[in-house]
Amino acid sequence: MQISHDILLRSYRAMRTIRDFEERLHVEFATGEIPGFVHLYCGEEASAVGICAHLSETDTIASTHRGHGHCIAKGVAVEGMMAEIYGKKSGVCEGKGGSMHIADLSLGMLGANGIVGGGPPLICGAALSHKLLKDGGVAVAFYGDGASNEGTTLESLNLASVWSLPAVFVLEDNGYGEATASSYACAGSQRARAEGFGMPYVECDGTDFFAVHQAAAEAIGHARSGKGPVMMHVHLARWYGHFEGEAASYRRPEDVVRLRAEKDCLKNFREQVASTSMIEAAELDAIDKAVRAEIDQAVSKAKADPMPEAADLLENVYVSY
Amino acid sequence: MSRKSFRQAINEALRQEMRRDERVILMGEDIAGGKGGTSGVEEAWGGVLGVTKGLYTEFGPDRVLDTPITEASYIGAAAGAAATGLRPVAELMFVDFVGCCLDQIMNQAAKFRYMFGGKARTPLVIRAMYGAGFSAAAQHSQALYPIFTHIPGLKVVIPSSAYEAKGLLIEAIRDDDPVIFLENKLMYDEEEEVPDEPYTIPFGEANLTREGDDVTIVAFGRMVALANQAADLLQKQGISCTVIDPRTTSPLDTGTILDCVAETGRLVIVDESSPRCNMATDIAALVAEEGFDTLKAPIRRVTPPHTPVPFSTALEKHYMPDADKIAAAVRSVMAYAAKQEA
Repeated sequence: MQISHDILLRSYRAMRTIRDFEERLHVEFATGEIPGFVHLYCGEEASAVGICAHLSETDTIASTHRGHGHCIAKGVAVEGMMAEIYGKKSGVCEGKGGSMHIADLSLGMLGANGIVGGGPPLICGAALSHKLLKDGGVAVAFYGDGASNEGTTLESLNLASVWSLPAVFVLEDNGYGEATASSYACAGSQRARAEGFGMPYVECDGTDFFAVHQAAAEAIGHARSGKGPVMMHVHLARWYGHFEGEAASYRRPEDVVRLRAEKDCLKNFREQVASTSMIEAAELDAIDKAVRAEIDQAVSKAKADPMPEAADLLENVYVSY
Repeated sequence: MSRKSFRQAINEALRQEMRRDERVILMGEDIAGGKGGTSGVEEAWGGVLGVTKGLYTEFGPDRVLDTPITEASYIGAAAGAAATGLRPVAELMFVDFVGCCLDQIMNQAAKFRYMFGGKARTPLVIRAMYGAGFSAAAQHSQALYPIFTHIPGLKVVIPSSAYEAKGLLIEAIRDDDPVIFLENKLMYDEEEEVPDEPYTIPFGEANLTREGDDVTIVAFGRMVALANQAADLLQKQGISCTVIDPRTTSPLDTGTILDCVAETGRLVIVDESSPRCNMATDIAALVAEEGFDTLKAPIRRVTPPHTPVPFSTALEKHYMPDADKIAAAVRSVMAYAAKQEA
């Protein structure tokens, strides 16, 4: 599949934005200024971006506790996200949600989610909306290998097939659900699960943007054409712990060294485009520079922006009450 | 206007709202009933107790969706559909089944608006039947409205009659927040005059079904009729009661409750749910805090004991509040006042 120059540049920029956003959060979190829990998406950027490259604002995604990458890939404003993570009034959720609940429904971003397996049922509903409102949209549930064992996920695979929904179930398999390896926690095979629910299964190397992009074209194309749901199994690895501040003592430190050296989706992207002369390195360097400035600006603004007022506590529990 | 059963009133509210707004859809287990069966009858049931009868035939499979028996996925789907442009009415059948899908109600639908900084609307209605008296035993008889009432972001409706059910359900469907609509399963065949045309009853506005001078009785759902029976009985004995049907536990019309207690000085609360942290306890706390000076006697609560709902008819009869128990509670608060005056 030929990918346009414009989409390649935008995708690289989105991946670079996610990487810098997360690496910066890793640094800033350690200072103690960021409250709550933060789960970083570093190393997994090509998955969110390769998939969201096929989506428009009409399409819906539901994300996970590790949601920053999905938000950025779906177009949520970086400044608003950073301010949200700092708990500021200028955050995309006015400081009421934080890292685990960033959402922008106007962009079809149905929310990061603090509940493992929370998203797949919601995506069945979003897919039902697309189908009944006939807007041509598809709904995509990102969920992890941990969530792949949740009853909500398995029920949703069944329901989506029973109702023949335009839904894509993207299993981001980074090898660990919290501290427990998926090799321990996931019985059988994910392919067999998809086949068991009567839906097609595609898998890809999630550190290769081009592999993700191609697999997503197939998966999303299937759902969008009205043929029903599909499972997309993306093989990934996270570079940091489950949440910031944990020591990741369940895996060997050299695993991460190797991942950074050999499975860096940004390096991989640069190498692939260099070999085909699709993009000049200087174009990518310019993006790197622009993104650095954008993240600097987002962090400075987030730190300087005002906190919510006490009166905000009581607002927006209901539309009306 | 014609006589309609509680069941017919609910069915009519659904039908009229589905005709008015094609974004209103239904989903639930066997709400049509019969999909894929060998008889080829796709609407074999119309709901396990026939409440949704005829709606599949009128509105078809896109708008009346039978689900697998997987409450977490379809209640979650209803929440997701509500957040993305539809107005689903999901039927949970027995409210006891909320144990299978509470996350999707409590952590998802109820919290979208607040968590997302006021940018979400989740016009979702979840209908379910509740209550004892059917010998349906511990897993099919509970009155779990306090659980929902406890959760910010949900509205909770408990209609006390066919008239109330139709107006409150139409209000619920038109509301932009998630609403839990609880139907007492003993009431489906109870009839009264119900207008043929659509109408709404606002949330958070209590209804006074009796007005009296001596004791205020607050009751919910089916308990309202029992409180009225008790009030009629007591009237013959010279005790006059106000009976309040709050209609919704969230929002709760605290003003009307406090006003009535200020007039009568005595309060009995009748609640079919388990006594710890239930509505009776909540309202007792409200009046103790904000109406203490107006009380002439201790507040009395008429509730089941802190046990699961038993199966045997003999035990279930002891479990449930009834008109005699309510009347006894009212007489006891009157006796307390008389003793103090003596």
